[in-house]
Amino acid sequence: MKEHAQKAAEFIRNESRTDWHDEALWFVRSKRDKASHSIGEWEQLRELASQVKDNVLSNLDGYLEQFEANARRNGVQVHWAADAEEHNRIVYGILEKHQARNLVKSKSMLTEECHLNEYLIKRGIEVVDTDLGERIIQLKEEPPSHIVMPAIHLKKEEVGELFHEKLHTEKGASDPKYLTEAARQHLRQKFLAAGAAITGVNFAIAETGGVVVCTNEGNADMGVHLAPVQIHCMGIEKILPKAEHLGIFTRLLARSATGQPITIYTSHYHRPKAGGEMHIVIVDNGRTAQLGRAAFRNSLKCIRCGACMNTCPIYRRSGGHSYGYTIPGPIGSILTPGIDLKKYSGLPFASTLCGSCSDVCPVKIDIHEQLYRWRQIIAEEGHLPTDKRQSMKWAGRVLSKPAWYNVIGKLTRWAMMRLPRPFLYNRLNEWGKDRELPEPPKESFGEWYRKREKS
Amino acid sequence: MKVGLFIPCYIDQFYPQVGIATLELLEKLGCQVVYPTGQTCCGQPMANSGCERDAVAAYHHFVQLFHAFDHVVTPSGSCAYHVRNHYDIVEQTEEVKKIRDNVLDLSEFLLDILKVESLDSRFPYKVGLHQSCHGLRGLRLGQGSERALEKSSKLDTLLRMVDGIELVEPSRPDECCGFGGTFAINEPAISVKMGKDRIADHENKGVEVVTAGDMSCLMHLEGIIRRQKKKIKVKHIAEILNGTQP
Amino acid sequence: MSKNKILTAIRNNKPSGAPLPDIPLFREADTAPVEAFSAMVETGGGRIVQVSGLSELNTMLPKLFPGAERIASLIPEVDSNVALEQVQSPAELETVDVAVIRGQLGVAENGAVWVTEEDCGHRVLPFITQHLILLLNEDDIVSDMHQAYRQIPIDQSGFGLFIAGPSKTADIEQSLVIGAQGARSLTIFLGTRA
Repeated sequence: MKEHAQKAAEFIRNESRTDWHDEALWFVRSKRDKASHSIGEWEQLRELASQVKDNVLSNLDGYLEQFEANARRNGVQVHWAADAEEHNRIVYGILEKHQARNLVKSKSMLTEECHLNEYLIKRGIEVVDTDLGERIIQLKEEPPSHIVMPAIHLKKEEVGELFHEKLHTEKGASDPKYLTEAARQHLRQKFLAAGAAITGVNFAIAETGGVVVCTNEGNADMGVHLAPVQIHCMGIEKILPKAEHLGIFTRLLARSATGQPITIYTSHYHRPKAGGEMHIVIVDNGRTAQLGRAAFRNSLKCIRCGACMNTCPIYRRSGGHSYGYTIPGPIGSILTPGIDLKKYSGLPFASTLCGSCSDVCPVKIDIHEQLYRWRQIIAEEGHLPTDKRQSMKWAGRVLSKPAWYNVIGKLTRWAMMRLPRPFLYNRLNEWGKDRELPEPPKESFGEWYRKREKS
Repeated sequence: MKVGLFIPCYIDQFYPQVGIATLELLEKLGCQVVYPTGQTCCGQPMANSGCERDAVAAYHHFVQLFHAFDHVVTPSGSCAYHVRNHYDIVEQTEEVKKIRDNVLDLSEFLLDILKVESLDSRFPYKVGLHQSCHGLRGLRLGQGSERALEKSSKLDTLLRMVDGIELVEPSRPDECCGFGGTFAINEPAISVKMGKDRIADHENKGVEVVTAGDMSCLMHLEGIIRRQKKKIKVKHIAEILNGTQP
Repeated sequence: MSKNKILTAIRNNKPSGAPLPDIPLFREADTAPVEAFSAMVETGGGRIVQVSGLSELNTMLPKLFPGAERIASLIPEVDSNVALEQVQSPAELETVDVAVIRGQLGVAENGAVWVTEEDCGHRVLPFITQHLILLLNEDDIVSDMHQAYRQIPIDQSGFGLFIAGPSKTADIEQSLVIGAQGARSLTIFLGTRA
């Protein structure tokens, strides 16, 4: 329950680094504002995107069947995985069949969610993440801290040190340009040697049976077109009905994610390349369960732009790792309770419910409302700490009985006025660690009002 | 015009001057203000902690006290937001429906109902407006910086009616202060850090007084300001509109 | 079997039908799409070169890319010294310095250009080449992505994509670096059909 608070407190202990992290992400949020506000119909696009996704969720079975049929017609092999284990098994099976020992991957939050890398590495496959940020954290053996900028928590000096150790760059070199060039050379060799390539999927088009992948680095395409086998892994919710809907979503995605008008590469894969094989793995892994939760199914609209992270004042000051899940930040905090309510019971409380996440969301997910709703369920299911649960029961009683309320209010003010400071500011007073309590007035508003009425 | 005045619990107990300013301001503007005695709290502290079931008795109490009024005015966007949006777990009787429609934040009442166009008050200071989240994004008292819509703010509009005031916008116009109700206690490290950052933003702009539509945000900011012995002050918007000097 | 399991779970759990909204055509045609397009390309790190005729390309190319040795051109008017049809393995394209490819359609709002595998000779060419040149007709520029998707049959080719600049990354401390895994530069030769 308190895990996020503890990790956040650790993160903040280094205040200048916290400020640096906050500024880096605020900069992205500002770019997003500029890019989105330059589009006159931005709010209309968000509404349309939300409506398209509503339609998708209400016809998901039909769209998936249509998608599969069209993809098969295109010569694509389609697989279905009920959970992470099956997904990993399917991918491994494809690699086995082709005796592919070297796999290049472009960014896919789904495969992170399924822990595909560990699964394959255990079975002797060399797995190379090829998005620069992903490669950095892979070499550092850390999980991503952001879904769009996986290494946003690292400083260039740390990347320099890591590359010196792993890629033999010059010691002390930390120029991003130099380090990126070193990664380019390193990754080109990996691309050329790869037996198979995996990508995530941004959009899957039911009408055409193709998938769309968006990158800035071009790593998805370097992998897919060089390796003889290409595999695209997608959650069931990635479907869009028609090609025309891509117009809405490509306009929203990059502007929301990084403030670019569009990603550098927006690749549409429909058929395998000459002599190659193309596979699509469609994964559930808890999504159908989320679809059944009326108050929370909206979270399946998410297009993984990361805007809610960049805007979240808590995420910016606690870092992605404080959330303890592949997808951190506000969207992670509404997805995780559906996965393991007890384990992630603290995350919906890692928010002030400020609502900024819901307003940047390009598909209008009511994130802060869902955080509020999850809190109710967490309490009902008994996952609140006992002291908190009890204090709320008491507060509920006191605050519905005016006489009690008045007496306790008066007592509290009296105590705050009279008690010596150490009684008030002790280790139980979380408020008072770095903040003063309000200066108690002699009389409450109610007392003042009653006096005024008499005179 | 007869209005019911709701003074949130923490204002009642700790910041009576905000309640007094609200009452005086409304009376000056010609309203007949009734403060039903026996009022307590809207129930938000329990509900935001996940215990809305424990808040139901407070909800009923609130409805019972206020349902007869055509307008219930409160100097808190957050409490108004809670009543309007989260009183959905009790039976939606005519009384409940009526009150959810009629609870207004002070700024809404002044601008939308009273149609105030000028105020007889003076506040010759450099003022930074803190946009409280529930007012801004919950009640839409203005357009948050996230949305690609024309900029507007009810609080800003009202403050501009005050003589001598110099309004300054912080570099992050509407970032959360970090109060967040029980969040302030559950996640004290981040809560305080967020508050410090907001204060620094206003200080950097030379602000003398930070104001807001919610005293809860200001209670949190003031707690940090006083601990750090800073010069900057806080004042609820009702106090400024009523002409209370710092 | 998982297919049936998933589809059954969806049928049991999905909400009742929400209609598909009509997607409006937000704008007819921009008055100056070429200027807007060029500005967006340059914002995205690309370069615009106005050309008046295809014949001048051969003389321009060495000036623009002075040290370039291997040129893979898909345009008859530009000399190529990489025989794409003889390439056995795409890895052989690793040493291409400049690729010249015809783009089908440009988008003014974001500077993206639509290219298909038929235009590329090989799917990997626009990525693996060190430098990329796209040829585009000014008349083929539309104002936004809605118009673009109206014109493009996305599944006509096995592979097609929008390219909006040189490969880039900002994964190290948000510092923008041009030349990540794909082409290091993008030059768009912009001309009129006439």
